Amino acid sequence: MQPLEAKVHCEQWPASPLLKVAGLAEFAAGTFPPERMLLDLRDARVRAAGSAICRLPWAGFLTDVPEHAPPSRPWIAVPQGAFKVGVGDVVELRPHASKMALRYRRGSNNNILFTTERCNSYCLMCSQPPREVNDGWRVSQLCDLIELIDKDAPSLTVTGGEPTLLGKDLRRIMARCAEVLPQTRLHVLSNGRAFEDGALAQMFEGLHPSLTWGIPLYGDHYSLHDYIVQSAGAFSQTVRGLYALEAAKQRIELRVVLVEPVVERLTELARFIYRNLPFVEHVALMGTEPIGFARAHYDDLWMDPADMAPVLAKAVNFLSKRSIRVSLYNLPLCVLPESLWAYSRKSISDWKQQYLPACEQCVVKGRCGGFFAWTTDKWTSQSVEPVRGTSCAKH
Amino acid sequence: MKFAARHAFVGNPGYRLLPLRFRRLPWDQGRVLVTSMSGDWLIAQRNDLERAVTGQLDPGEPLFADMESRFLISADPDRSTLAPLLSQYRTRKDYLAEGPRLHIFVVSLRCHHTCAYCQVSRRAVGQTAFDMTESTAQHAVGRLFDWPAKTLTIEFQGGEPLLQFDRVQQLTKLIEQRNRTEKRALRFVIASTLHDLTDEQLSFMRDHGFELSTSLDGPEWLHNLNRPRPERDSYRKTVDGIERGRRVLGDDAVSALTTLTRRSLQVPKEIIDEYRKLGFHSISLRPLSPYGFARKTGARHGYTIGDFLKFYEVALDRLLQVNRNGYFLEETYTRMLLSLLLTPFSHGYVDLRSPTGAGLGAVVYDYDGRVYPSDEARMLAAMGDHSFALGQVDESIETWMSSPGMQRILGAGVAEALPTCADCAYVPFCGADPIDHYARQGDSIGHRPTSDFCRKQMGLFDTLLRRWEQGSSEDRDILEGWALRATCREGVLEAA
Repeated sequence: MQPLEAKVHCEQWPASPLLKVAGLAEFAAGTFPPERMLLDLRDARVRAAGSAICRLPWAGFLTDVPEHAPPSRPWIAVPQGAFKVGVGDVVELRPHASKMALRYRRGSNNNILFTTERCNSYCLMCSQPPREVNDGWRVSQLCDLIELIDKDAPSLTVTGGEPTLLGKDLRRIMARCAEVLPQTRLHVLSNGRAFEDGALAQMFEGLHPSLTWGIPLYGDHYSLHDYIVQSAGAFSQTVRGLYALEAAKQRIELRVVLVEPVVERLTELARFIYRNLPFVEHVALMGTEPIGFARAHYDDLWMDPADMAPVLAKAVNFLSKRSIRVSLYNLPLCVLPESLWAYSRKSISDWKQQYLPACEQCVVKGRCGGFFAWTTDKWTSQSVEPVRGTSCAKH
Repeated sequence: MKFAARHAFVGNPGYRLLPLRFRRLPWDQGRVLVTSMSGDWLIAQRNDLERAVTGQLDPGEPLFADMESRFLISADPDRSTLAPLLSQYRTRKDYLAEGPRLHIFVVSLRCHHTCAYCQVSRRAVGQTAFDMTESTAQHAVGRLFDWPAKTLTIEFQGGEPLLQFDRVQQLTKLIEQRNRTEKRALRFVIASTLHDLTDEQLSFMRDHGFELSTSLDGPEWLHNLNRPRPERDSYRKTVDGIERGRRVLGDDAVSALTTLTRRSLQVPKEIIDEYRKLGFHSISLRPLSPYGFARKTGARHGYTIGDFLKFYEVALDRLLQVNRNGYFLEETYTRMLLSLLLTPFSHGYVDLRSPTGAGLGAVVYDYDGRVYPSDEARMLAAMGDHSFALGQVDESIETWMSSPGMQRILGAGVAEALPTCADCAYVPFCGADPIDHYARQGDSIGHRPTSDFCRKQMGLFDTLLRRWEQGSSEDRDILEGWALRATCREGVLEAA
């Protein structure tokens, strides 16, 4: 597991900037202004390139040896082992706290735009419990961040909290992405409740060439869904929101977290989706992330994934036969019947993913998404064991 | 922490019934089919339905959730939503959105066959007075583009349209020319015996993306008995046409359908095996219609719907067997009924809609410039009854839509509002056929207890539901496979 924030040494910084780490390639490409970049002096080739390059108006320098930085120019030194920051990454420096945080990592499979800590739901298994804070400042910071992200970044996840609480500002962020990062797929994780009246959804029509919405649906009737998200009326709002998004020609993924009460009616939920929401592009069935509120509700939520297998197989087959794409997230292959492996994705973000000791002996470890770094024994299936051979291996 | 328990989200106690209809299962009187207004459904114990209707369901029991999520009941209105029900309804009735998509051009009444059951009133090969004129064709093309549909299926029909192929070519060219600015999606279909199909005709069809729809009643002896020609070579000529059509236009571009006579009913397996032998993956088993020559010869060729349903059961068994053996072969009407039961989608078939597809889904431009809402209306007119004529090709489509014929159709064209249909559990999957009822019963509203249309529909729905519910999982998969396939290739049926 990788920390995303660390103490650093830094000097001469007037403000709290967002900075992109530059190497020789970034210098040569000239895509980003030097004023917003941090020249990486840790690289010997950069140092060998001569002092002329250092005279450019870089925002500052990244170095292990502060003496390498030109005199009276700002610099940052990252202590050994504390933090991994590489060329192309974007960091946020908070000089007064001597802290630096990673905001974009080149090559990561899960870069996020974090919109707000606030949320209008209060899900039993929330992995990122919301806080009622005034964090409207994030909007302009995100717009700045977007400008520093690699133009060829394949995808970004927009998340929170609940991004739609930003209202028009969310549209502003997406419009900025459309303008600066037209090639980058955007996936917004929202509960969809704010779309219920249709006006907000319309704002996104035709806005971005590859924008998808990931919306959770936890039941085929309101009392189940409302219970999971701990909000009366949420099911009705989300469902109406889904129709509003469809009317605004938005692409939709449904996300279902496999907690026990949801699994109990999973086949009915699959049926409800097909009958009522056949326009969704993708359904993600996701193992629970054992962090945040989930830990407090172990007894209500936990179900060994191995015990879900028959229901999962039914739901997956039902949907995929009906041309609705399905994926399984956060479930290790050894707890799934082999017939479902084709639907399994390595979904756990690289920085919070791990394997267990048992995995060392497993022949399909390379295809398996493994476990959340914070998995404990009681959140681990009894059926976890190394896969010794597969039926495919025979061929 | 401020988390609430499950029961806290039930809301106000109690529930209301949404519009629902039910039918006791003929094969199990202890259970009922319950359908919602948009055609979602479940099968329940009869006493459970009674409990539901009398307000005795408990919010904690699975049946409560099952009925709620199928929009048969509604719990706390402040917390639930009917948006999915409305969306389902819109989806089901999607065929209404764009107006008629199927446009039938009758280029000639001439035909070289003398079929006893002919639904059209054919004319002898030499009687060119029964050909569509050039000016009628031009008017008809003008009207075609007056309709709003983004997809237009143009079906050339007769008589035998190949006998008037010049007109087919002219119409095709006129339509394509006009479409350069209109930019509709066009489909051309020609309904023909395929006899004497020439290479020139085929290459024209290939260049313009035609599909062929032909009639093949079964094995050679049956086909030739049903479709007499002096030379007794109807089967051979049709099969020859099918093969040549496939070579030039591709296998998928050629489809065939049967017309079932009393003789056909004796040999369901042979008919299906014939289609299998000829490499078809689709068959249409069509009972006789009460029109044209078919009505006059009814006593000789006719049979009861009961006979047809018995035939159908055997045919379905044979079809399932063929599929179990690894050869995909579906029956088109079955596929459509199953897709209505098992999917939420609309369909392209014009004869099973509510509001009716006559005039709303299809328009027929007859050889003489008269316009009809369906083939059946044209056949009635040929028999001297113009009750359902819409007008002439040189009139506006608004005139047609407000004609007395169309009013008559619309007055009896909504199944949900027809006596008996209004209470039928199958009505969300069924259609209104005012012209058929008029032809058979002399009244466009009709009398369901004695209606062949109704008897056929009920029989087929019962059979398919029972098969789907009680069949082996393999048979169920086959039936589902047909239904799901139907939703990916909408439209093929409308021309059948």
